This record gives sequence, C-alpha cells and structure tokens, in this order.
Amino acid sequence: MARCLRIHPADNVATMLQDVKAQRVEVLGAAAGAAIELREAIALGHKVALTEIAANEPVLKYGVTIGIASKDIARGEWVHLQNCRSRVDVRSQSLDPRSGAPADNPYE
Amino acid sequence: MNNGVNSGTPTARADWQGYLRADGRKGIRNHVLVIYTVECASHVAQQIAAGESGVQVIGFPGCYDNAYAIRLMLALARHPNVGAVLAVGLGCEYTQPERIAAAAAASGRPAKWFFIQEKGGTRSSIETGKRLVGELRAEAETAAVRVPMSWSDLTVGAECGGSDATSGLAGNPVVGAFFNLLVDAGGRAVFEETVEMIGLRDVLVTRAANEGAQKQVIEAYDKAVRYCESVHQYSVSPGNFAGGITTIEEKSMGAFAKGGDRPIQGVVRVSQQIPSAGLWLLDSVPDEHFMQFGYTNPNDTEGIVDLISVGAQLVLFVTGRGSVIGSPIAPLLKVTGNSRTFERMSEDMDFNAGRLLNGESTVASAAQELMDLVARVAAGAPTNAESLGHCEYFIMYKHQNTPSLDAGCHA
Repeated sequence: MARCLRIHPADNVATMLQDVKAQRVEVLGAAAGAAIELREAIALGHKVALTEIAANEPVLKYGVTIGIASKDIARGEWVHLQNCRSRVDVRSQSLDPRSGAPADNPYE
Repeated sequence: MNNGVNSGTPTARADWQGYLRADGRKGIRNHVLVIYTVECASHVAQQIAAGESGVQVIGFPGCYDNAYAIRLMLALARHPNVGAVLAVGLGCEYTQPERIAAAAAASGRPAKWFFIQEKGGTRSSIETGKRLVGELRAEAETAAVRVPMSWSDLTVGAECGGSDATSGLAGNPVVGAFFNLLVDAGGRAVFEETVEMIGLRDVLVTRAANEGAQKQVIEAYDKAVRYCESVHQYSVSPGNFAGGITTIEEKSMGAFAKGGDRPIQGVVRVSQQIPSAGLWLLDSVPDEHFMQFGYTNPNDTEGIVDLISVGAQLVLFVTGRGSVIGSPIAPLLKVTGNSRTFERMSEDMDFNAGRLLNGESTVASAAQELMDLVARVAAGAPTNAESLGHCEYFIMYKHQNTPSLDAGCHA
C-alpha cells in the first residue's frame, strides 16, 4: 500500500512518501497503523488532512502550527496553498498552488 | 560539549593528514586562491586559474569598496584550506589588492599581487598571473606542514537549498544527526539561514547553551523577522511550494532539523571565526543601517560562502529538488533526501538520505555513513562538485556591524 508519514502525534496532516492517486494510504510514524482515504491525487512531499480542519483552525506538522486553514478542509483532502495560509508570508497566497509560480510581477 | 553521554561509539575514524597553518588551524585542501578586486579584473583572474590545478577564484564586483566584502575576502584568503594568495586588481578601484596580499602574507601564506593596468593588458596580465600562480603553488607545497587531523580540528557547515518536503523529512534530519556526532566528537558545526527559522522563536530559546547564547540567538531571530518584513520576502521559493512546502513556517521546521539537537553555543557573523567547539549559528542577515537592510539574501551560493568565511573546511548542502553548484576553498558535499532526485542527478549528488523514507536506512545509520563520507572527503577524495570543476561564489555589497574577527570566549 502507498504510504504517508505523520511526524508528530499532534499533527493533523501527513506527508506523502510517493506520488499517490486518490486511494487508501497507510499512515506511518505517529499513530502508525492507521490509514487514510485520499480524496484526490497527492504528490510526493505534499500533505493530506488526517482530520477535518475548519477554516481558521491551525494546520499542525512537526507538532507546531505551520499555517492556518483558509477554508474548511475535509479529511483526505490535499492541504496546500489553496486552503492553507502562512501567518506571516502574505505573498505566498497569490502563487499558483501547483507550480508555486508567482503571478504578481508584471512581465511587460 | 564532549561528555560522550549517549553519543555511543565515536563514529568514523578521523585518520587523515591536514595542512597546518601558522594560526594553528588545519586545512583539508591546499589551494592557491586568486582574488580579483573589481569586476573589471574578473576575466583576467578566471583566465589565470583556467587549466591550473588547485587554483581557485573569488572576487568582488564593485568598484566602490565595502567593509563587509573586504572582511569576507580576507577571511577567505586566510582560510585553513588556502595555502597561498594572488590578488589581482585593475588599478583604479577602491579595494586594494596590495593590502589583501599583505594580510595573507601576515598570516604566514605566500602572497603576491599586481594591477592589470601596470602589466600592459589582458594577455600580459594572464601570463604574469600564471607565472605567479606557479611560483605560489610551489611555495605553498614546500611550506605545507602535513599533520594528522581529528574531528576536533574540523568545522563543518550546513546549508539547504532547492528544498522540498523530503529535505525536512530526511536530508536535514540526517545532516542534523551527523552534526550531533561531530559535536560529540569535539568538532565544530555551523548552520545559518535565520530567515528560515521564522516561526521558531520558542524552539530557538530552548536550544541556547547559556544565557549569553540565548540573548544572541533571540537578537538574530528578531532581526531576521524585521528583515523579512522590510524586504517583503520570506525565504521560500516557487520550487519549494511545488515540492509540497506550503508555508515559511513549515519550511523553517524542516530547515532547522539540519542543526541537530545539541545546544547552540552562540551566534557568529559573516567572517567571524568560530571560537570553540560545539554547534554555532551563523547570522548572515544584514544589519539595519542608513540604506535599510539592502536586498534579500540572493541565493544558496552566498550562504555557502558565508559558512566558509567563518572557517568551515567542508560544507554539506541539502537539496531535495537537486542542485549542481559547488564552492571555492571548501569542498561542497551535496545531500538529498529525495531518492528520485538522487537517481536523476546522480552525477552531481554525493549522498542519498532518501533511503530512510522507503525503509532502507535509518537516520542513525545514514548519519554514520555520511560521517564516513565526510572523512573520505577530508582525506582528499573529491566531491562531485570538485570533480566537475564547480567553484561558484558570491560576494555582495552588504552591511553588517563590524564584528571582532576573533570572536573570543563566548562561554
């Protein structure tokens, strides 16, 4: 079975250890033995929500707040720029969620 | 911090020969360093080094000088891995090659200098430079005192760049575990990128070795926050986001892992020599002055050169997405936590920490293997970047308040 890693027991996200399609994935690390049903394909290194995370709730990885949910996130959903924002870095909210490419500087 | 508690058996054997310098430090290479003092002299400097073995180039592009850049060039000229120095100027710039050569000579290194305008032009300057480099190399080889080195003679830097989520899961944790081994063996470990510690103030406070160190660490952190706010840029790039990192806070936690978990002895600034054994934090962020902070830290190469400037004889570079860069003076050893990157860029990557993500290795055993590899490189085995001839460097205008170059006792 494809695998993802939950680093800290307090974490509400896990990190993909390979590119995975929408399928059932084994959770390694903290709370090992659990599994999570992905709602969409998630790439290596990207994160899946292990629980429902309501808008404005913290996203936890390494046991610390790495960002704030910018909308309601369902269990099994991909957690990234489209639904999670930094508490300090405003510019990252304007980047393309897949490529990370900026769109705010004109090339004219 | 060499009490051996929980450190287990020390590690890889340190049984290589180094080059003893007049200041008591030991190098793992014996390079001739060519330094140009303005961009106008850079082509001549590069051509002097072209085709010469053991000759490397650094330089500063500006015609108007900068105290920070001069300190940096002097720190590199007097680096333990440098055996001799040739300084080359055009002839009308502010930065003085004669004084760089004099400082290198005063440190016990053979050193020479000249102005291109006094030699007649490009070809004659390159000929002059090649002749001088040949003489300097012979002198550096004759003057070399070979001595045995141990881990306590070694300073290793760690940088990360082109990070993806594997950097925080595998690459940086393995480097951090190696740093623990190095510190427990009496060595010096240094990491930087305080702009990639944003969000970790509380963690940093608990890691300081003593009150003095805590004060330094907090000052460096708070400045990094003001700096990022001022330049409107956090240290996170499109490639990081594409690789799965969502926020600077997430990147910070992954980046911080490369420091291991030994106490932080204090903070050094660019060009300040690390004063004692243990883990140190390098603050490369500009200080506030009349031109504000200046501009954002430009690239990985600058950070690596900064680590070399505080005395690192070897630098580990963790890159999840992959990179091809090298560095002058101190060998750059590239570590990736991403097995796919390791396979795709095997000609450039030196170490695959990604094996622990598919269960083929553990952090502890990967750190031991990395220590073995560091010992081989210290003994003279070239890194991939060295074999490929990579010598990227970056010396920029910047302001940092003048540090004492000998940091003295921070205990």
